[in-house]
Amino acid sequence: MSQDAIDPSRRAWIGIACGATAVGGVATAVPFVASFAPSERAKAAGAAVEVDISSLKAGEMATVEWRGKPVWILKRTPEQVESLKKTDAKVADPESKRKPDELTPEYARNQHRSRKPELLVAVGICSHLGCSPSAKLQAGAQPSLPDDWQGGFFCPCHGSTFDLAGRVYKNVPAPDNLEIPPHMFLSDSKLLIGEDKKA
Amino acid sequence: MAEFKEAPADASLVAKTTVWFENRFPTAFAEYKKHLSEYYAPKNFNFWYFFGSLAILVLAIQIVTGIFLVMHYKPDANLAFASVEYIMRDVPGGWIIRYMHSTGASAFFVVVYLHMYRGLIYGSYRKPRELVWIFGVAIFLCLMGEAFMGYLLPWGQMSYWGAQVIINLFAAIPFVGPDLALLIRGDYVVGDATLNRFFAFHVIAIPLVLIGLVVAHLLALHDVGSNNPDGVEIKATKDATGKPLDGIPFHPYYTVHDILGVSVFLMIFSAIVFFAPEMGGYFLEFNNFIPADPLKTPAHIAPVWYFTPYYSMLRATTDVMVNVLCVIFALGAVLAFIKGSMSGKAKMAMAVGALVAIALLKTFDAKFWGVVVMGAAVVILFFLPWLDQSPVKSIRYRPGWHKYVYGVFVVNFFILGWLGIEPVSEGKTLLSQVGTLYYFGFFMLMPWWSRLGEFKPVPERVVFNAH
Repeated sequence: MSQDAIDPSRRAWIGIACGATAVGGVATAVPFVASFAPSERAKAAGAAVEVDISSLKAGEMATVEWRGKPVWILKRTPEQVESLKKTDAKVADPESKRKPDELTPEYARNQHRSRKPELLVAVGICSHLGCSPSAKLQAGAQPSLPDDWQGGFFCPCHGSTFDLAGRVYKNVPAPDNLEIPPHMFLSDSKLLIGEDKKA
Repeated sequence: MAEFKEAPADASLVAKTTVWFENRFPTAFAEYKKHLSEYYAPKNFNFWYFFGSLAILVLAIQIVTGIFLVMHYKPDANLAFASVEYIMRDVPGGWIIRYMHSTGASAFFVVVYLHMYRGLIYGSYRKPRELVWIFGVAIFLCLMGEAFMGYLLPWGQMSYWGAQVIINLFAAIPFVGPDLALLIRGDYVVGDATLNRFFAFHVIAIPLVLIGLVVAHLLALHDVGSNNPDGVEIKATKDATGKPLDGIPFHPYYTVHDILGVSVFLMIFSAIVFFAPEMGGYFLEFNNFIPADPLKTPAHIAPVWYFTPYYSMLRATTDVMVNVLCVIFALGAVLAFIKGSMSGKAKMAMAVGALVAIALLKTFDAKFWGVVVMGAAVVILFFLPWLDQSPVKSIRYRPGWHKYVYGVFVVNFFILGWLGIEPVSEGKTLLSQVGTLYYFGFFMLMPWWSRLGEFKPVPERVVFNAH
């Protein structure tokens, strides 16, 4: 066999060896990429939070931390509940039909988006880019808000607005309503955020 | 290997030592010649040519100060903020090291933006320097990643909420977005896991890539040779020994020249470090002196100044803007159909392409397109060598009105930068939309406008008056 002739069987083996190395290389990358995913500890950290709401007066809002996110508990006054009827036409998804499994548990798919009409429990993270909106509960004209403001939430980052049921207004950057976390009442004064199976 | 050299018996100790090393490590000597003492750079470099060497200086400052900061910093969500304050108050000299690093971040972008502007006006990205430019844009991308991840480390309010917003941008990508954001954060919210991995990327991964790219940028540059303000190839005119007539050795001529630039730069840099390290909230944002609070977003969120032009473009992409883009695509296709000089098949392909683009634009959220626009604003720079079709490289020999096009581009970039800091309002959104369209129009229409007008004759040799 001459020096310059190509030995096809060697070529084939080189090809096979390179292919096998590539497969091995990709396989080795798997644990490294996997290590980017949330750890078991992070996954386990989503424990439910128990909140005492007995001291919450009508018109007051409390913020608690659940899974590292702010959860608002707003006890709406009858007028505030009433205002939801006026905002019905101005919000983008009044009946919480979009992404219902992610955003709104079945028992909150109503106008007031809550179990009890007066008590709103919502994750205070804007559906646009994850800022936490500020509570602007007072009705009436205010800077950077529409003149017929009924009370609600205003995201400082990109100007999205939500009504008092966390329903997103039309024509704002945020695409969806605020998330309602799974929650249930353990008693009249005890609220459990993060779990609703036993309800 | 080269011949083994023998130093004469009566040679000095220095000469003998040099020969000893030459025999054992000839590469060092050959590379010194290739890149410094016998690298011929055009003799007509002007003010704009300081910024390449300054970028290397800032890189060195960032690496050295960074190493010292890591000795005291704690990448832990519970300790990070306090450890930065500890560096500022208790570590001897800690405050100046940290201010050098934070000022260095902004200085890096100032220098790199000016360096890129130089490339833009003198056509330094044109054949045969396309790869030099591409490596450069990759460096710019790396810098943006480096700056973004570094900004999380002090774990202040702006660190936290800035990272929250930017990571959520990735979540806007259809189908894979939410999972991708989860992989970036390593948790369901920005938290300790995020801080730790950003620290790893900021201090090890990206700097390594960055240094590799800088080396590639310089090697590619030295292979093809530097451009100059006239856009004349100095290698086209050589003397009898094969040296470019208009070239001078980088060392000592440009090393000495660059020391002047370094001196002036360091004066300005030190003045900022000592007298205005926060730069009125532009270099270090005031809200970042408040520890990260996952329950409360600051009333006004803006990125650091060097990201604001791109951030404006992101915010400019509203539903209205998406509709405008649809109309532009449709008009473009119609124009190409009527006026274009390509074959019928190409015309059909363009029409189909425009239809697909419009369909996609209407299918996905404006939020996603905002992310695309912001990404495209940087990625489009990669294509600059092929977008520019002007017959001359340098702005000096282009039609006068080209200067206005570039001038408006620069002013527009500044306006976009300013808008990115401002809170949103209707008028400002409109302004940023116009600005975004100009930015993209400048690049996308470049193959057309860069050919138009009366070009001036380019001289054979560089224009240079010795002083």
